[in-house]
Amino acid sequence: MTDASLVVTDLHVEFSGFVAVGGVSFDAHPGEVRFLIGPNGAGKTTCIDAITGLTRGTGSARLGEKELLGRQVHKIVRLGIGRTFQTASVFDELTVLQNLDIAAGRHRPWTALLRARRGVDASIEEALEETGLAGELATPAGILSHGQKQWLEIAMLLVQDAKVLLLDEPVAGMSHDERTATGELLQRIAAKRIVLVVEHDMDFMRRFATRVTVLHQGRVLSQGTVAEVQADPRVQEVYLGTAGAATTAAMSVVPEPVAATQKRTED
Amino acid sequence: MTKLKPWISLGGIGVFAVLLLAVAPLVLTDHWLNNVGKYCCWAIAAVGIGLAWGRGGMLVMGQGVFFALGAYSMAMHLTLETAGDRIPGFMVLYDPLAPLPMFWEPFRSAGFTLLAIVLLPVIMAGILGYALFKRRVKGAYFAILTQALAVALATLISSTIRETGGDTGLSDFKYFFGFVLNDPANKLMVYLIAAALLIVCVLAVWQLYRSRFGELLVATRDAEERVRFLGYDPANIKLVAFVVSALMASIGGAMFVPIVGIITPAEIGAAASILMIAGVAFGGRASLFGPALGAMAVGWGQSSLGSTWPDGWTYILGLLFIVVILFLPNGLSSLTARFTVRARRGPDVPPTPAIVAAELEEVKS
Repeated sequence: MTDASLVVTDLHVEFSGFVAVGGVSFDAHPGEVRFLIGPNGAGKTTCIDAITGLTRGTGSARLGEKELLGRQVHKIVRLGIGRTFQTASVFDELTVLQNLDIAAGRHRPWTALLRARRGVDASIEEALEETGLAGELATPAGILSHGQKQWLEIAMLLVQDAKVLLLDEPVAGMSHDERTATGELLQRIAAKRIVLVVEHDMDFMRRFATRVTVLHQGRVLSQGTVAEVQADPRVQEVYLGTAGAATTAAMSVVPEPVAATQKRTED
Repeated sequence: MTKLKPWISLGGIGVFAVLLLAVAPLVLTDHWLNNVGKYCCWAIAAVGIGLAWGRGGMLVMGQGVFFALGAYSMAMHLTLETAGDRIPGFMVLYDPLAPLPMFWEPFRSAGFTLLAIVLLPVIMAGILGYALFKRRVKGAYFAILTQALAVALATLISSTIRETGGDTGLSDFKYFFGFVLNDPANKLMVYLIAAALLIVCVLAVWQLYRSRFGELLVATRDAEERVRFLGYDPANIKLVAFVVSALMASIGGAMFVPIVGIITPAEIGAAASILMIAGVAFGGRASLFGPALGAMAVGWGQSSLGSTWPDGWTYILGLLFIVVILFLPNGLSSLTARFTVRARRGPDVPPTPAIVAAELEEVKS
């Protein structure tokens, strides 16, 4: 059990004068499945980008005692921050095992790089079991189903032993059963690690979130349990006055130009 | 099959070694053996390009630079060895009284020369690669930059006639580390060294490809950002591949000099650098044998067709290049993969994931 928490304080991100994130604060602890939701362009992904060093942010993001902002991407990863992307990005030409083996590599001495792999690491076996990919060991990642690719990404975070898992829309494009499996997987993982999920899917959020932060136009609109957040009149207003089930549809309409800006910076 | 694969490749290297080291000297005339030796030199550089470009995704268009470092280091040593205590002949032509240029002096030593052949490309590729990869220069920008360097170096050599021999280059070497180069036995020895070095280079990349580094390199080629998010610095991974490929180009260049007997800027400039790439693309850039065999094939085409029908050869090479890129983007070596898959599955089976997997496997190894 890691007791360190991820604490984000007054995070600002600007894209040439445009404020994408304007003073966001939230925290995430092991043992909870933390959700970050909001309409398109609310700055959810930008928050994750800033925490992981992909875009420059000001303010503070700490894991335990360590400040993350201002470090290089791969050094932030080495502190224990792992992330996934909206579009599953695995190494298509490599097998599931090779993908996981690379993810496990940062804990090995560099001399191990020069040797061929013999056998499968225990941590990889464990992650395969956890994510239900044990049967796909020798499958090239490129031909996995969409859902399996997402699970492979999560498995990669597990073998790299990330203390914090930042998941960007992990269930987008998944079937109902796959969503349920993913949600249960995240709950199991959250027992020992910090899990922060960026999602559009309100139904998924309601079923699996422990605590929720709602972002709107780069600011925190509301924070609390699912029930608290749903009862918040400001949240209802943002989602076109309809809390609950109808919001899913409402949230997926017309991306704002902000979303386009975000997309570009992700590339 | 996956487990067996590297060992089959190792067997292939064994066959290749026997062909080059035992069969070729027995069946080929001195003239053709010398030619094969020359192809070996290009093949050594090509193996490095296969590593950097095929596996690492870095289109190294200026390997002529590193080829030149090795070649001119060797050529300076051989020139000084031939000249003995006197100033090399070509220098006397321009200014009989001027002393030997400072940078020539250390190349009198055989040890220094060998060290330079290894260390110069490593240092230069190290500095260049560090600067470029840390700044995330890649793709076309990287290709153009390396190409420009090759052009610049060739121009520099052309314009420093007194110091480097200019366009005429360095030639007329009589000795090779004490051995008389005219002696057929010594020529055979030089050939065998080049062929052995080629085998060593192929063995080196064989081990690299099957190692974790090889997997990581492919991963970096395909999704650099993702590798970064696994805690690696992709710049370092690419740097290693780039430096190794530069070292191989330098070794190829160094052996080129005693075998061919002359080195000129034309052998290291833009056109020569692209020809090295062409052989690699032709053979199959990501495969183990493709780069070496492709480079040797292009070399053979150049010395047979290129001498009997010089005008046509350029067109044939161009046409070949277009056909390969259009129909076999992974080079000729991908043909074997197609055939083995077809043989295993029978003809006219629509590609199933398993077949795709086999092809991917093939591309990788």
